[in-house]
Amino acid sequence: MNKWFKSGAPWIWLSAAGVSISLISVLGLLWLIASRGLSYFWPSQLYQFDVLDKNGVKSVVIGEIYDREEIPVSQLAHLNLVLPPEQEVLERLLIKTGNRELVSLDFRWLLSHYIQKTETPKDLVVVERRTNGNFYGYIDSVVVDGKVVDSNQLTTLLARVENFQQQIDDLQKSDIGAINYQLERLRLKTRKYQLQNKLTASVQAEIDSEVVSLNQRYAKLEQELMGYREEISRDHLVMRAMDGQLVPINLEYILKVTFNNKLNFFEKLSTFFSQIGSFIIEDPREANTEGGVFPAIFGTVLMVLLMTVIVSPLGVIAAIYLHEYAGKNAFTSFLRIAVINLAGVPSIVYGVFGLGFFVYMVGGSLDQLFYSENLPSPTFGTPGVLWSSLTLAILTLPVVIVSTEEGLSRIPSEMRYGSLALGATKAETLWRIILPIASPAIMTGIILAIARAAGEVAPLMLVGVVKMAPNLPLDGNFPFLHLDRKFMHLGFHIYDVGFQSPNVEAARPLVFATALLLVSIIVALNMTAVSIRNRLREKYKMLEH
Amino acid sequence: MATLISATRSRAVKNSLAKWLITLGGISVLFTLVLIFLYLLYVVMPIFESAKIEPAVNISIDLPANDKVLATGVDELQELVYQITDTGTIHFYHLTASAEQASNQFLVGDKALSRSLFASDGFNQEQLVSVVNSFSANKLLHTRSGKTLLIQPGFHALYANDTREIIAQVNYPLGQKSLKIDEQQAKLPQLAFALDDEKIVFVAFTEDKRLIKTSFIADDEFGSNSAGDDIDYEIIYQQIDLPTAIVNSGVDEIKVTPDLSLAFVRTGSTVWVYSLKEHDEVRLKATITPILSSEDTYLTSMALLSGSSSVLLGDSSGHVSQWFEVATESGRQFKQIRSFNANDDSQKQTSKAITAIYTERFRKSFYTMTASGWVNVFYTTSSAHLWQGQLASSQPAAFTIAPRANGLIIIGNDPLDANKQNLQTFSVHNEHPEVTWQALWQEVWYEGYPEPDYIWQSSSGSDDFEAKFSLVPISFGTIKAAFYAMLFAVPVALSAAIYTAYFMTPNLRKKVKPTIEMMEALPTVILGFLAGLWLAPLMEEYLPAIFMLFILLPLATLLTAFSWHKLPNKVKDKLPETLAPILLIPVIILTTYVAFSLSPWLEAMLFNGDMRQYLTNDLGINFDQRNALVVGIAMGFAVIPTIYTMAEDAIFSVPGHLTNGSLALGATQWQTLVGVVLLTASPGIFSAVMMGLGRAVGETMIVLMATGNTPILDWSIFQGMRTLAANIAVEMPEAEVGSSHYRILFLAAFVLFIFTFIFNTAAEFVRQRLREKYSSM
Repeated sequence: MNKWFKSGAPWIWLSAAGVSISLISVLGLLWLIASRGLSYFWPSQLYQFDVLDKNGVKSVVIGEIYDREEIPVSQLAHLNLVLPPEQEVLERLLIKTGNRELVSLDFRWLLSHYIQKTETPKDLVVVERRTNGNFYGYIDSVVVDGKVVDSNQLTTLLARVENFQQQIDDLQKSDIGAINYQLERLRLKTRKYQLQNKLTASVQAEIDSEVVSLNQRYAKLEQELMGYREEISRDHLVMRAMDGQLVPINLEYILKVTFNNKLNFFEKLSTFFSQIGSFIIEDPREANTEGGVFPAIFGTVLMVLLMTVIVSPLGVIAAIYLHEYAGKNAFTSFLRIAVINLAGVPSIVYGVFGLGFFVYMVGGSLDQLFYSENLPSPTFGTPGVLWSSLTLAILTLPVVIVSTEEGLSRIPSEMRYGSLALGATKAETLWRIILPIASPAIMTGIILAIARAAGEVAPLMLVGVVKMAPNLPLDGNFPFLHLDRKFMHLGFHIYDVGFQSPNVEAARPLVFATALLLVSIIVALNMTAVSIRNRLREKYKMLEH
Repeated sequence: MATLISATRSRAVKNSLAKWLITLGGISVLFTLVLIFLYLLYVVMPIFESAKIEPAVNISIDLPANDKVLATGVDELQELVYQITDTGTIHFYHLTASAEQASNQFLVGDKALSRSLFASDGFNQEQLVSVVNSFSANKLLHTRSGKTLLIQPGFHALYANDTREIIAQVNYPLGQKSLKIDEQQAKLPQLAFALDDEKIVFVAFTEDKRLIKTSFIADDEFGSNSAGDDIDYEIIYQQIDLPTAIVNSGVDEIKVTPDLSLAFVRTGSTVWVYSLKEHDEVRLKATITPILSSEDTYLTSMALLSGSSSVLLGDSSGHVSQWFEVATESGRQFKQIRSFNANDDSQKQTSKAITAIYTERFRKSFYTMTASGWVNVFYTTSSAHLWQGQLASSQPAAFTIAPRANGLIIIGNDPLDANKQNLQTFSVHNEHPEVTWQALWQEVWYEGYPEPDYIWQSSSGSDDFEAKFSLVPISFGTIKAAFYAMLFAVPVALSAAIYTAYFMTPNLRKKVKPTIEMMEALPTVILGFLAGLWLAPLMEEYLPAIFMLFILLPLATLLTAFSWHKLPNKVKDKLPETLAPILLIPVIILTTYVAFSLSPWLEAMLFNGDMRQYLTNDLGINFDQRNALVVGIAMGFAVIPTIYTMAEDAIFSVPGHLTNGSLALGATQWQTLVGVVLLTASPGIFSAVMMGLGRAVGETMIVLMATGNTPILDWSIFQGMRTLAANIAVEMPEAEVGSSHYRILFLAAFVLFIFTFIFNTAAEFVRQRLREKYSSM
């Protein structure tokens, strides 16, 4: 034993435990996010519990089992339960009962002791709604235009409503949105002329006539909209809730009616995938706690793309300078220390700098110069997607530099000498020989920068991200790309929904799903980058021989 | 040939152009870093600048020979200034506009437009003896014959043709007739008042030596009346019992706090504090007798500080002391908190005594005045001496601070012509008096607190709230979070790095290293969210398990190692020691599972069923769900890959001949590792830890989500903290641009910048040195 200790073997094993712990935590973390995130999309079993509570009152509870926990009997002494003496723990279920218009809370705890009977009736349905969350219960009847019809028609009726809803959305978003946008631009135009003292009567008349025609179009569209609204709210569904109460739900508010208990495995699988699909392409509902994350995905991608456009040339040029041009002197080591420091400065400091310098100083000056008609409401003098991508470009600059430089350093110098010996200038060598060979390394750097930027939240909270952006930064109104707009971001979405929303418990599965999405994107990006880099290394090794 | 030459030339031009462009791009990196540094500094600097007072407008006033100026005032934008003379006349002057612009009935050009304040008949030929100021715009006029009138000189802005014009007006909140403050209508040599919407309280010392309190209680609201109509109110007269001392010596000064709760009555060098809150009786609450520097020093002036908690006492030796109520063991007492020296050592002042103290309306700054016109500016809370200098030739007739505290109006004798009066305005640059290096880093005694303390509290709902900016609690929080994170991360990361670099087979290393490095790519927002929403509740429920794990995991590892050691060689061959990390994975998972299942049982056995309650109730330890333990583990995970990668690189690149030499001399693997490899790689390991520390210090999202963000000074592992970075993230969106709060948040960012700059530069420096060392080996 003593000898064994002296050999140092225990210490080796302990250090091996460090590796194991790191591995377990990485993989466990990924597994945790994946399992929790994916289970959000899986259609869960619907239960009906017959409950007899401690006062002897019978009731029925319908819902999904959300969580289970075991509690020691000693903590339940105040309930005076009659239990077998050997029983030490009792199970407690967290049931999601939905039906927000009937009960104030979405969730309730149920002691399994009180449950008399548990059933999973086939005709239980979950109704996903636009507002008020899910409704659990039985379909009582379907009412079309005041007349009760066969409930088989529900699918067609829902498709009809869906159709109208689509048209309403189109009208509101593109047509009416465009008119409002144009009206606002006209107002600003008038103001601009006023400020420049160029507002003559003829200009005014021209603008006025445009306003009038826009208003007329608006009135027409609004009428059309009203027509659709009327159509869409024609029918309703009568649901029987767990306490037997009949609740009418207008089809207008219904997104989906699912008989979860009737689904077989493959149907569940298809529901699972369609849920994932709608999570990615839909807009959020109910203060972001339900629905999809499309605007957040869009915002993240747009911001990251803008950032890439800014950071790639800068980073590559800086790396080329450091590796190909800079001499071995104190200034170069200064520069290297600057690169390391740019990588090490906390991201929030970039946020502060971005807010002060880009938003207030640069943006404020831009407003003074070019958007004075808008003042005092700021155009670029307020956080927005342009400033966010600029801030993140500085933040990810070192990532691109380090990766590109590594690629450059692996290119054998024979290739440079060869090119130079054949009479090419240094710039030509760079452009024709070095850069093409280094391009996978540059790619790696850019991908790593994208991965870093996609996950960064702290600086964005200061320079442009919002919990709910009314408009995407890219739309059909001239000039199409609105760099001054605020945007939504997946990472901030996680923070906001998980920590700032009124009903954190209900939103938690969605947060896990969003986290899964973000992690998959980032892990995929990183793995791509790493595999490119590895392949590149192999290639260079071959070049050397 | 010609084309060839031109082609060569254009190639040469392109080549040098490319060189310049690339050099520019390379230098831009350095430029960016310097820009960040300079910009942060540029925003931070103004908070450390001292105050500046510069003369602005000077107006010579033409007054009849015997008229005396009693009061003055100015609007918020400092366009209109007024003065009130003892004939009861108000004169308005325009400070900026030209003659054409001034068109309203009060003003023509820069000449005064005057009117009598006595609108009703009762004031024929009256002479004012005093004008009493309050914290609001209201002023109380008292005449020689004992009549009293409440006026409110006001300003409002009028927008016409895109130009702004300030219009002056005088309101009479209680009507234009004389107020009956004393039931017996005696003259009131000392008078003070304060008012809110429903009530006005006057405290006065009458000529026949009674101290009286009179309350006017409105039927409706005082504020609603601006037309000068008479308003209905009820009057309550009360006489205050006087200590004989006061009766004999008389009263020198009276002040009433703006919240109508206290009256300060100064007679000689004693201040009597009366509570006005009780309805039926005016109670003597305390007496303040300051300890003066020498026997012949006496009190000369008194003023209330904004916020109605503090009183300032100035004495004949040029000192001012600040007093407020402090909760002590024997109840609430007035205590001297700090004192200020208004004497200028370098200059021989003709008069030291402080003749008047003027306080700002919204901030805790005050100005002191001497008979020779020497002015000092102080800020109480930060104990800052902001400015001193000569602003007048003698004690001025009237002195007022502009409502936004960015200007001064002084009316006094014209230095050139003694018979003439002179109105002088000054512009004051004093935006951040509350911020000093001491106030940021040392204990500060805030009003209402029992003792000096480090407090960060930047905003609150109420108006007269004083922001408290001590960077100590949040810097402490940063260090605490980083400390617990490093406590967790360093052992795990370094042991993992040692094993990976030194003991692991190359094939396994190729898979393990990228996997652990993957953790670095995980967004911190996800780590933070898991820590806050998943880990924190889990740890609260299974608290004993977490602590058990710290003991059980090493034990289980050693046990596994020992049993492997005892295994027959046949099995050992199949399961070589190099697979240890893989073998340990099930062991660790199993141990964790056991710890968690034992946790409720352990809780029941040792902690009466609930460790959390046991901590709070039996041990008196506060427990936050989101505490330092959660942050330590979550941020530890974020830091592990940083330390791991760099330390692994450092150990891995230790030249092989060193280890081979050691092994050849008979050292065991472990001895070689400790004696040779770690020693050689130690600078690299140090720089890895430094980098990790830099990351832990600046991490935002994890701390933001996994702690309660309470700025407290407590090392307890069961309590949360607020860090510099999280504080910026929380408060920056709400900070008003250019305010002290905004600049202090920039200062926090600057501190973080410098912190990490030092860590990173040191780490990089060490690493570069190490690289040279290795290459020379």
